[in-house]
Amino acid sequence: MDLRPNPVEAANWKGIWIFAEQREGQVQNVAFELLSEAQKLAADLNCEVAAVLCGEAGIEKQAGTLFEYGAARVYLIEHPELKHYRTAPYTRAITQLALKYKPEIFLIGATTVGRDLAARMAVRINCGLTADCTGLAIENGILRQTRPAFGGNIMATIISPNHRPQMATVRPKVFKKSKVKSQKSEIIKFDPVINQEDLLVKLINIVRDESVKVNLQEAEIIISGGRGIGDPKNFAMIEELAGVLGGAVGASRATVDAGWISAHHQVGQTGKTVSPKLYIACGIAGKIQHLVGMQSSDTIIAINKDPDAPIFKVATYGIVGDCLEVVPLLTKKIKELRG
Amino acid sequence: MLNYGFTEEQLMVKDLARKIAVEKVMPVRAELDEKEEFPWEIMKILAEADLCGLWIPEKYGGFGQSVTAFCLGTEEISRVCGGVGVTFAASALGGAPILLFGTDEQKQKYLPDLASGKKLAAFGLTEANAGSDASGLQTTAKKDGDYYIINGTKQWITNGGEAETYTIIAMTDKNRGARGATAFIVEKGTPGFGFGKKEKKMGIRCSATRELVFDGCKVHKSQILGKEGMGFIVAMKTLDMTRPGIGAQAVGIAQGALDEAIKYAKTRVQFGKPIISLQAIQHMLADMATQIEASRALVYAVAKAIDAGAKDFTKEASMAKLMASDTAMSVTTQAVQILGGYGYMREYPVEKMMRDAKITQIYEGTNQIQRNQIGLSLIKESAQKE
Amino acid sequence: MDIVVCIKQVPDTTEVRINPETNTLIREGVPAIVNPIDENAVEEALRLRDKHGGKVTVITMGPPQATEALKQCIAMGADEVYLISDRAFAGSDTWATSYTLATAIKKLGKFDLILCGKQAIDGDTAQVGPGIAEWLNIPQVTFAIKVEVDSSKVKVERLLEEVNEIVEIPLPCVLTVVKQINEPRVPSLKGLMRAKKAEIKTLSAAEIEADQAVTGLKGSPTRVVKIFAPPAKGGGEMLSGTAEEMVVAVIDKLRERKTI
Repeated sequence: MDLRPNPVEAANWKGIWIFAEQREGQVQNVAFELLSEAQKLAADLNCEVAAVLCGEAGIEKQAGTLFEYGAARVYLIEHPELKHYRTAPYTRAITQLALKYKPEIFLIGATTVGRDLAARMAVRINCGLTADCTGLAIENGILRQTRPAFGGNIMATIISPNHRPQMATVRPKVFKKSKVKSQKSEIIKFDPVINQEDLLVKLINIVRDESVKVNLQEAEIIISGGRGIGDPKNFAMIEELAGVLGGAVGASRATVDAGWISAHHQVGQTGKTVSPKLYIACGIAGKIQHLVGMQSSDTIIAINKDPDAPIFKVATYGIVGDCLEVVPLLTKKIKELRG
Repeated sequence: MLNYGFTEEQLMVKDLARKIAVEKVMPVRAELDEKEEFPWEIMKILAEADLCGLWIPEKYGGFGQSVTAFCLGTEEISRVCGGVGVTFAASALGGAPILLFGTDEQKQKYLPDLASGKKLAAFGLTEANAGSDASGLQTTAKKDGDYYIINGTKQWITNGGEAETYTIIAMTDKNRGARGATAFIVEKGTPGFGFGKKEKKMGIRCSATRELVFDGCKVHKSQILGKEGMGFIVAMKTLDMTRPGIGAQAVGIAQGALDEAIKYAKTRVQFGKPIISLQAIQHMLADMATQIEASRALVYAVAKAIDAGAKDFTKEASMAKLMASDTAMSVTTQAVQILGGYGYMREYPVEKMMRDAKITQIYEGTNQIQRNQIGLSLIKESAQKE
Repeated sequence: MDIVVCIKQVPDTTEVRINPETNTLIREGVPAIVNPIDENAVEEALRLRDKHGGKVTVITMGPPQATEALKQCIAMGADEVYLISDRAFAGSDTWATSYTLATAIKKLGKFDLILCGKQAIDGDTAQVGPGIAEWLNIPQVTFAIKVEVDSSKVKVERLLEEVNEIVEIPLPCVLTVVKQINEPRVPSLKGLMRAKKAEIKTLSAAEIEADQAVTGLKGSPTRVVKIFAPPAKGGGEMLSGTAEEMVVAVIDKLRERKTI
């Protein structure tokens, strides 16, 4: 791998790309969120927004959705080895594409796919990458990328002045998606050259978690349980409330460590970072490691027996009470409302 | 913090024990107490951390036969949970007779496994009719050729049923009075050696307390510690050496209670300010802290004396155990008082500490026996002076 | 197996605060610790070594005080440790850091497996592990929650958002691990004593033959231009009344806000 010690000629790189992550043939919501945000950035830069869509033959069908959210162009890479995400073939294909068409900005959703891919690509292309951004803006023609650091205790704004593309992974659900059909809808097909050495990692199996009914990071509403719910079987009442509200079930690290629920539900520094419309924390004390994972939620309701629990510091509405009493009541009242 | 002159290695033991206590014991202490569950997981962690052999010489796989290091470990563990603390300390109590009176062969056979924590030990002296009055032992060991047949029941033995290595005192000759008992090493699994039910206790509930039941238990004469007839000497010398350990356990429990009381008093606001700003509370805390420090100073003075090779420390060892245990009971009770209503609730840790503290005034020789012992020593000393 | 683990010494971020007036970090009195997930990586390496034999080498790129972090790894049982330290590395972003670490690894010799924690609790980027893999031109697997080695192959279970993925990857490779992979062992007394006596070898930029045009601040494509305190969360409302009253009140408020 050759080092390219000199920054590239920035002027030759134009356009904002977003990575249209797909899983099992479905474009993920974060791609639409990125497209919507990219429109604003593109207006400031007077450039176009394109989406990069990779998958096996037939993924082209998904291009339509990308145009609906404002992509002027879709770069389409159809190849059998791109059906499921793997680091090497995706990095190979998209790097070749980027070096050919030279976007000035490349936004990728900060999912397990996106963070894995972007980190590898940035070193291959020799460009700057900012992780898990919560804010983007253009100033003096450069992308300013804002993100939390030090466990959410500080915010940092970062730029990549001399290297292209300016890459950033963006936290899902930070930006809102909005349908803005673009005037253009061009598809550019790209044939990547994927080598044998790109195929060393084999996918053996996918293990589904039956307890996961709604993707936590996509959920608009999350009901979370902590040790304060007292007993693992009380996750049933959390699930019921989640069901009634059409939300997902989250959990504190303590309950996951205790084996009450699987790690896919864990919210917090060593779990998932979520920012739903509504987060209801039941029996969760609110240690900083948990808060970091959910404090950017729009509305937070905290239910806890201890009036001094730190969770109340970030709650929009605080209820001091026994969740074993309050949660079923909430479920009951909402059911009544809905009739 | 007062400088007790601990070596760097001893401080390392203290810090490591504290780390394990906070990270591994604290999250589960309430559950262990509630379920009366033996802390095997934690004992495994202590073993892997090389903490089980603090009182055993390096020759047998231990850390260097330091009573001081052992007390530091016991104190830090007990500071978080008295039940785990006594489980840790009682294994030393069970193994100490082997260290003090065993032949090299016996030490080679039993001490390495205790040092590595692979096995635990227990000490069996007490019986239903022989508590403070140890001379009332009724468990017998009848000579039969090269063997002894043991019959009888030991009561309230800490680590009973969980330990593999037991040192027990049995009567070999009722007519010889003080020379009528003998100390034996008996292994779990020996035919005729069984256990009674696990006792339900006020405190130290995770610690296993069981009867040892001997019914025609045949033990080879090579299992005798010292010589036939030395049983009471083995017991007394063992208890002398391990009394500072119980003192350390008591100091630890008291310190843990003080920590909680201060933490609470700083945040509990009544009448517009934290209660720690009230003189009444400060005086209570001051008395508690002073008692703890004095007990600690005495415990480690004795521990260091033993490590330095002192021959006669019976009186001071009794004093350390006496003072520290009375302190633990007093301090934990005061801690509950300071936490008020919350102190009485099981959700808060101090009521358990108060329940745990009580036993320290009772076992390893009741505090009444300790006072007897100190009194006797004073009389003996004053007679020598004349 | 020859395993190398890359760790980072970080401030305990539960204690870090930002001075809202100067917008700088308040580091005084904040203890420096081994990045918690890196402890999981070291633990996993030790378990693999204990099972398959071999050696565990731990390295870190950091200032001189990072030797403390390496000593903790010795106390856990690491066989060899190296501090990669040089003024030339100061101000490195993840690109330059991964270059430096990869260069050090190349210098130290052939390794079968490289383990990293998923991300550091200060930077929170999760970018260095994959960066190292790219520099070394070997495959990577991220978010490992279970690792099984079988001669020259590794079977890895990855913790994804909703499912777990089982993949197979040849050695040598880079794995980044998640916290849920294991429970790091407590250091032993013998380990602590070994750590105390240990003299940590430091490797400079010249000694690892790093190209100083691409290390440190100079070599970093990204630049931090602003640090500020996050918007203060607060002004929440504590509800009162009976449980039923509070439930009715909160539902009303949610409907007002059009949340539900």
